[in-house]
Amino acid sequence: MDQTALQKQPLLVDPESSAGEEVAFTTRLEDFVHWGRKNSLWPLPFGTACCAIEYMGVVSSHYDVSRFGAEVVRFSPRQSDCLLVLGTVVEKMGPVLKQIYDQMLEPKWVIAVGVCASSGGFYRAYHVMQGIDSIIPVDVYVPGCPPTPEGIIFGMIKLQEKIQKGGIVRARDRHKLDR
Amino acid sequence: MLESSTGKALESIAPTPSKYMRLNLGPSHPATHGTLRIFVELEGELIRGMKLEIGYLHRCFEKMAETHPWNQVIPFTDRLNYVSAMMNNVGYVMAVEKLLGIEVTKRCQRIRLIMCELSRIVDHLVCIGTNAVDVGALTCFWYFFRERENIYDLFEAVCGARLTTAFTRVGGLYKDIPDGWVEWCGRVLENLPRTIDDVDGLLTNNRIWIDRTRGVAPISPELALEYGFTGPCLRATGIAYDIRRVNPYYEYGNFEWDVVTETGGDTYARYLVRMQEMRQSLRILKQALKDIPEGSVNVDDWSITLPPKEDVYNSIEGLMAHFKLIMHGIRPPMGEVYSATEAANGELGFYIRSEEEGAPFRCRVRPPCFAIYQAFPEMLMGQTVSDAVAALGSLNIVAGELDR
Amino acid sequence: MLEIDINWIDSKYPGLLAVAKEFILGQEPMSPEPVIILKSEGIRVVVPFLISSGERPMTTMVDLFAFDYLKSKLDMPERFAVVYQFANLMENRRIFLKVYLDEDKPEVDSIHDLVRAANWFEREAWDLYGVVFRGHPNLVRILCHQDFEGHPLRKDYPANQFQRLKSSTSSQGL
Repeated sequence: MDQTALQKQPLLVDPESSAGEEVAFTTRLEDFVHWGRKNSLWPLPFGTACCAIEYMGVVSSHYDVSRFGAEVVRFSPRQSDCLLVLGTVVEKMGPVLKQIYDQMLEPKWVIAVGVCASSGGFYRAYHVMQGIDSIIPVDVYVPGCPPTPEGIIFGMIKLQEKIQKGGIVRARDRHKLDR
Repeated sequence: MLESSTGKALESIAPTPSKYMRLNLGPSHPATHGTLRIFVELEGELIRGMKLEIGYLHRCFEKMAETHPWNQVIPFTDRLNYVSAMMNNVGYVMAVEKLLGIEVTKRCQRIRLIMCELSRIVDHLVCIGTNAVDVGALTCFWYFFRERENIYDLFEAVCGARLTTAFTRVGGLYKDIPDGWVEWCGRVLENLPRTIDDVDGLLTNNRIWIDRTRGVAPISPELALEYGFTGPCLRATGIAYDIRRVNPYYEYGNFEWDVVTETGGDTYARYLVRMQEMRQSLRILKQALKDIPEGSVNVDDWSITLPPKEDVYNSIEGLMAHFKLIMHGIRPPMGEVYSATEAANGELGFYIRSEEEGAPFRCRVRPPCFAIYQAFPEMLMGQTVSDAVAALGSLNIVAGELDR
Repeated sequence: MLEIDINWIDSKYPGLLAVAKEFILGQEPMSPEPVIILKSEGIRVVVPFLISSGERPMTTMVDLFAFDYLKSKLDMPERFAVVYQFANLMENRRIFLKVYLDEDKPEVDSIHDLVRAANWFEREAWDLYGVVFRGHPNLVRILCHQDFEGHPLRKDYPANQFQRLKSSTSSQGL
């Protein structure tokens, strides 16, 4: 359900006005909330390695991620909602990543950018974590070594689609509701 | 000689309660470029003690090098100093070629030199850009990254990848540069001096920049030599050591360029050195792009480089050589060599031992940042936390190279 | 390996033989680099000489790393070795010192008080190879995480033997 779905809702017309101005449109609360959330993702770039340099290219003027509302990078987990893991996460860094993820407030999403974050990459080595999904849940995996900035933006758009489709309370947290 | 203002051994900050406040910077921090962790003991804003912790990006390069064939180590070398990947490629294959005892063709040498200088420019663009961001000058970052995009396009045309290129092979290159690339490169480099001048005008005589960087984290030349500094950080103290001048490789001895030095050894000096080095790299590139020697980029030895496909499909020798190379790999003779190149951060050395196996027996990387970062606490005694942030950017510590 | 080319050493590094003749075992035959093999006791004699001798001393320690010769095809004298590289950078004069160490007790004296650069390099050699540097003030892990067991760059440690760090983010030694 995207913007076109919203526009199909009936428009309320002001009966007092002679020009018949449109004063409101109706939609579902979920769609509205998701629309707001997906277009204002505040990323936390957890940059470790080469993918972080490509992410710097994404926020730069040529690829410009601010078209998607996500240019406000906040390095504090309390102020951000999308954790972008950019680069290899080694075993030593694992507890740090988990702590940052735990400190973020709901709703939060995780994008694993690059093959190193998704699955360890080509480092099948004693100190490299073979994918961050062994310690935190991941929403979108972006493959590439490093992925081009178009790839990272594609990952963010996929996350936006995922946000739009989901419930306000996400599926994996529904068990926490008192229903 | 500089001494720490507290007089105590810098490595041992006592775990017992102390009158100083402890602060932890990193490893996930906007200003630490990469995964660096710094513990500081503060008296107000002044740093009275500092302890560093590294290893947050230890990706086991040396172990991977021992378990992968000689040419398959090249992508791992890309990710050492990932900001200037080509230089690491060139450094590694130079060491292997020294083991093999071969000299690559003139065309290959020239192209590798061009790629190294482009990588050097790219590295300095990132270093100065991120250093400026830490201090608050965000505009320079955008300007420099726009130029980086242009150079990335050049890299992508040559080898298909923007950042981690894996362009060289033992005995040659992945493939020759495409037609029209040299003219395109010339056009890109015409725009670059203007951007460098723009940022120069914004920063070099800027009162705020000078206040933030002059006198910040200084180091004396003797101490720098004792710590093993090389590269722009050493040249900023006044010592004109550049491997390209002292022990030239490829054609650096034939071109006209200057070794850039400054005095003072502080952050401002390092910034000036890097700006000037970019201009010198442009000077080298202008000379290098003229009259690139013709010929093949690969050595004409089919036990080292892959034969051309026409020979593989049409001659039995080509087919056999191709098969042997793919199945057996190259086998450098027994030996241990050390080969160093002037990477963007300093002397990037490879000490490789071969035992005629398919993979190196030992491949040691001498990382320039390792020596430089070790001196960081010493450089910052008595300065403030914000100085630490400004100075860290100027040292260009790349965690991929530091931790390997 | 046991051949000492006295003329060569004397011409390249004058004065070295006078100071350290009894510690020099020979030259590395397989390397075009000037690699001199020392006894491990000789390090604390040779290094001060190198960094302070004459008008143009080799003040810079460029590199320090360890070797594991376990699966070597050749018959090496010991399993472990530590290589030091000193240089006078401006003149590009270099020297490599190699010290062979016993497999059961790979120990050598630390030179961190002679050359400041050695501190972290020795920690790294300890971390990855288990070579003990006697007298080092802080011989703890520098690259691998604090709960890591074993010395990963040794030849008998498999490359893909993973070890998860479970504990909190407190650092080592603090």
